[in-house]
Amino acid sequence: MKYSALSLLTNAFSGHKKWPLQWPDATPKKSYDVIIVGGGGHGLGAAYYLAKKHGITNVAVIEKGWLGGGNTGRNTTIIRSNYLYDESARIYDHAVDLWDGLSQEINYNVMFSKRGVLMLAHSVHDVQSFQRHIHANRLNGVDNRWLSTEEAKAFCPPLNISKDARYPILGAALQQRAGTARHDSVAWGYARAAAALGVDIIQNCAVTGIKRGPDGAVKGVETERGFIGTKKIGVSAAGNSSVIMEMAGLRFPLESYPLQALVSEPVKPVMPCVVMSNSVHAYISQSDKGELVIGAGTDQYVSYSQRGALHIIEETLASICEIFPLFKRMRMLRSWGGVVDVTPDRSPILGKTPVSGLYVNCGWGTGGFKATPGAADLLAHTIAKDEPHPINVPYNLERFTGGRLIDEAAAAAVAH
Amino acid sequence: MLLIRCPYCEEDRPEIEFSYGGEAHIARPLNPDELSDEQWAEYLFIRSNRRGLHHERWLHAHGCARFFNALRDTVSDKFEMTYKMGEPRAQVKK
Ligand SMILES: Cc1cc2nc3c(=O)[nH]c(=O)nc-3n(C[C@H](O)[C@H](O)[C@H](O)COP(=O)(O)OP(=O)(O)OC[C@H]3O[C@@H](n4cnc5c(N)ncnc54)[C@H](O)[C@@H]3O)c2cc1C
Ligand SMILES: [Zn+2]
Repeated sequence: MKYSALSLLTNAFSGHKKWPLQWPDATPKKSYDVIIVGGGGHGLGAAYYLAKKHGITNVAVIEKGWLGGGNTGRNTTIIRSNYLYDESARIYDHAVDLWDGLSQEINYNVMFSKRGVLMLAHSVHDVQSFQRHIHANRLNGVDNRWLSTEEAKAFCPPLNISKDARYPILGAALQQRAGTARHDSVAWGYARAAAALGVDIIQNCAVTGIKRGPDGAVKGVETERGFIGTKKIGVSAAGNSSVIMEMAGLRFPLESYPLQALVSEPVKPVMPCVVMSNSVHAYISQSDKGELVIGAGTDQYVSYSQRGALHIIEETLASICEIFPLFKRMRMLRSWGGVVDVTPDRSPILGKTPVSGLYVNCGWGTGGFKATPGAADLLAHTIAKDEPHPINVPYNLERFTGGRLIDEAAAAAVAH
Repeated sequence: MLLIRCPYCEEDRPEIEFSYGGEAHIARPLNPDELSDEQWAEYLFIRSNRRGLHHERWLHAHGCARFFNALRDTVSDKFEMTYKMGEPRAQVKK
């Protein structure tokens, strides 16, 4: 069904109790043309674009838990594209372009809000590095500009710009077309739109193995609900990507770390934008519900536990209180963790693999929510054409052998 | 926060005293100029990233300042054992 003001009104008369299910819970068929492993935003989006743009509708998305229960539903939803390198400019800006029309495209309000992302510079090094980003971004047509300390304060009044602050603010980079979106809506919206085009959404069904034929090409997946045949598998399993690749005998340049976030009690609108401070590992925005949404840096060790240590968020909150003294008395309501798959250069791996019929979209680490529509579109393209789109050509696995890294890690000191 | 047993200090100490040193038992190649690109990639970038029992290094930075090895379950975060540098790789019980 199509959502509209009219459907909202008619359903109001039945007390909103008669809305149809957004997508049916499918039972697995014997085989599919394409199987996507992982029902996060990236996987569901890829299924949608396979059906919508490439006419491949005999597709299943297989999710071990519930849709969006991975990092899609656990992240702080910061969307931006002001990364340093040319390859990054293209892949992240492609995603932001798609965010722009996404609610209309899938007829689901993903609440993309271009409230601006402000990145604070606390040291001369930060200032120089951000200026370099701004110049590189300008050459690539990516929105990003420099604000003086006073301009930053005018843009985001809660900032403490005192010279005596523990983290003095020497200026900031502002990407105005950046912002936030509603994470769950992205998963649900893509799921609903994909299901409407014939895609099967299979939840509570972990993939436990990848079956290959004598020629090495994939033949299907073993799951908790039995074997399902296919010639093409797209893996979009975030923190568990290396586990899935190992099922096909591949070792990947990935490590999985806990990443934590937390929210405060809801308050009236106080934060007009997103503020990031890379050097002190603190990220903050305010949700439409009124909660302050705060993100931390990763914990230090490899883990799949989806939880991290208290001292990490304690340090983040200490920084937040220094930068925004007026939040000192706020109470925090909930904290949680996700498992992020980090590559050595902090750029994703998106393309074909040495195994015929196996495609991968992983390594988005701490910053892949912003890429959701873009990565999904590019994964769908790579699967449908059996070759990467020009935008994701550089994001191949071979770069770790050839040495052509896309080193956003070195460029940013942290990635987000 | 993890409680970690330093095999040198022979004490359980809080995680903030330690820093993580990545996967253990990855030896630096002794013949660097003979390595192929694939072998370099394997040494520099490829990790087991094991979901389950994981061999890893820790540094008791704010204690005895020594590196040691550990076997830890990456799903429960529980340490199976820690052992001194130079001791053989801990066996994983099946
Ligand atoms: C706390 C936190 C904050 C973050 N903040 C930001 C941010 O502000 N901005 C940003 O851009 N990014 C952020 N990220 C990163 C972002 O969340 C991820 O990069 C992105 O959501 C990945 O999307 P995905 O769809 O690939 O992964 P997921 O949503 O994790 O989907 C992968 C799915 O695969 C499933 N799966 C795994 N193994 C199997 C199996 N064997 N069989 C079947 N299914 C399986 C999982 O259950 C999961 O649902 C953050 C992450 C975290 C944890
Ligand atoms: Zn010690």
